[in-house]
Amino acid sequence: MSDHVVLTDRRLTAAPAVADAAAERRSRQRRHRLTVQLLRVLAAAVWIGSWELTTRVSIPGADHALVDKFFFGQPSGIAQQLYTWVTEGTALGPLWQQVAVTMQETILGFLVGSVLGVFVGILLGRNRLLADVFSPYIKAANSIPRVVLGALFAISLGLDLKAKVATAAVLVFFVVFFNAFQGVREVDRNLIANARILGADSRRLTTEIVIPSAMSWIIASLHISFGLALVGAVVGELFGATQGVGELIYSAKNNFNANGVFAGMLLLAVVALVAESLITALENRLIKWRPNPVTDVTI
Amino acid sequence: MAHAIELRDVAKRFPTPSGGVFTALKGLNLQVAPGEFAAVVGPTGSGKSTTLALIAGLEPPSAGEVLVGGRPVNGVGEGIGYVFQTDAVFPWKTVLENVAAGPRYHGMGGRDARDRARQWISRVGLAGFEDRYPHQLSGGMRKRVALAQSLINGPQILLMDEPFSALDVQTRSLMENELLALWASTSACVVFVTHDLEEAIALADRVFVLTAGPATVKGNYLVDIPRPRNVSEIRFDPRFAEIYKEIWNDLRDEVLVSYERSRRVD
Repeated sequence: MSDHVVLTDRRLTAAPAVADAAAERRSRQRRHRLTVQLLRVLAAAVWIGSWELTTRVSIPGADHALVDKFFFGQPSGIAQQLYTWVTEGTALGPLWQQVAVTMQETILGFLVGSVLGVFVGILLGRNRLLADVFSPYIKAANSIPRVVLGALFAISLGLDLKAKVATAAVLVFFVVFFNAFQGVREVDRNLIANARILGADSRRLTTEIVIPSAMSWIIASLHISFGLALVGAVVGELFGATQGVGELIYSAKNNFNANGVFAGMLLLAVVALVAESLITALENRLIKWRPNPVTDVTI
Repeated sequence: MAHAIELRDVAKRFPTPSGGVFTALKGLNLQVAPGEFAAVVGPTGSGKSTTLALIAGLEPPSAGEVLVGGRPVNGVGEGIGYVFQTDAVFPWKTVLENVAAGPRYHGMGGRDARDRARQWISRVGLAGFEDRYPHQLSGGMRKRVALAQSLINGPQILLMDEPFSALDVQTRSLMENELLALWASTSACVVFVTHDLEEAIALADRVFVLTAGPATVKGNYLVDIPRPRNVSEIRFDPRFAEIYKEIWNDLRDEVLVSYERSRRVD
């Protein structure tokens, strides 16, 4: 909720009794939320509706619609495509199997990449010599477009799971690594000094001070990197696969099936959103010591 | 009798980001007897915190000797407690885990450490707050956690770096009284750094005045006001006023020097 609304609220409710003001404020907030929801639905309806309409209405005299659904797809066609996939399965097999394959590649790549990223990030963050030795190589590796490695993995690791996991893991690794490394470097020096004086040895410093402190940084990177793992898995499938949502999109493209490409995209979006909510839940569990961020101004 | 803490002709220099050298301490001599409560006052930026870091072994001296218990300091040693100016309690640990950290780091089992921690938590008046996280406590309560966290290790030397400077006046004099009560029940010597001369005299047996940086000891004064003291009323003691006047004569010049310098930089 924006500050602006709240400010207006205060001005309007300054005169009546406090209880009334609070009730008034709550009902205003409810109305505001309702308005937002309605406008959201309306925006989607306008967007999808105009898309549908322009692919159906044709200019008088022209031989095709305003927007050619052959190239740009059509919402009803996308829905139809999804329905067919769900009820009759895809050309590659049942739909759930394609989603499951892509999910498996994504999750494995995400786990491998983030575990390695956290480990190497903390190792280099804690060890000055290693950091100095390897930092130019890591910077160089980070500056190349790493999705291209997917092609290499397709050659070296074959068309099955391994190549996709490797592609996803490489994308995830660097993001998590840089965050873990920075997180370790940003640890409050007073906390380190305090722990040392209290008697912590180097191992305790790492496990009890450095890692918890870097955790905010690491978790922040996990949000981004799950999306990257999905990109890695799908790109890996584009470079060669027999199953998966990426392969589904690839074969739809080969058949000039624009609706199929959109339907695949929609599936990936749903997967990404579900994963995002899972990571947020994990974050709330891991960082429960943190003061609640101010998400909504209620004063 | 051997000094609990002795600094002999100590200097400390830091490299500055621009490639120069900043001299924080120069020719500093300071002795603290076992069980003594010493306060160190000086103008802002006069190297008070640096002095504590040297005693704690967090930083090595650039020249001279730092002796604790008669032995040269080499790295962070045992038997030292340190209460920091800013919050240094661990934000991801509860009050109980924070206070139990010291004993656990010294190899005590989790259960025993927590039992001891509970005792200390109630000694600093925080019973009932064991499961809170630091962000759920007030500034004064966090200072109590920091005190318990340091004292649970039974330090022979307690170093305090302007520990109460961020607290409001009432909380501050409460905490000062509690500190004196806690200290009286231990045999530790305290080095208490502050920029507040009233606080220094109210708490300490001996007050060291540092010069504007590079710091050296300008004078040291015995505070012969009898204990137990009540910090919030000690300023009405005629002896307090006399000592204050005596020390302030020394300190004023240094504060002016420091002030003039800060204006020049601006």
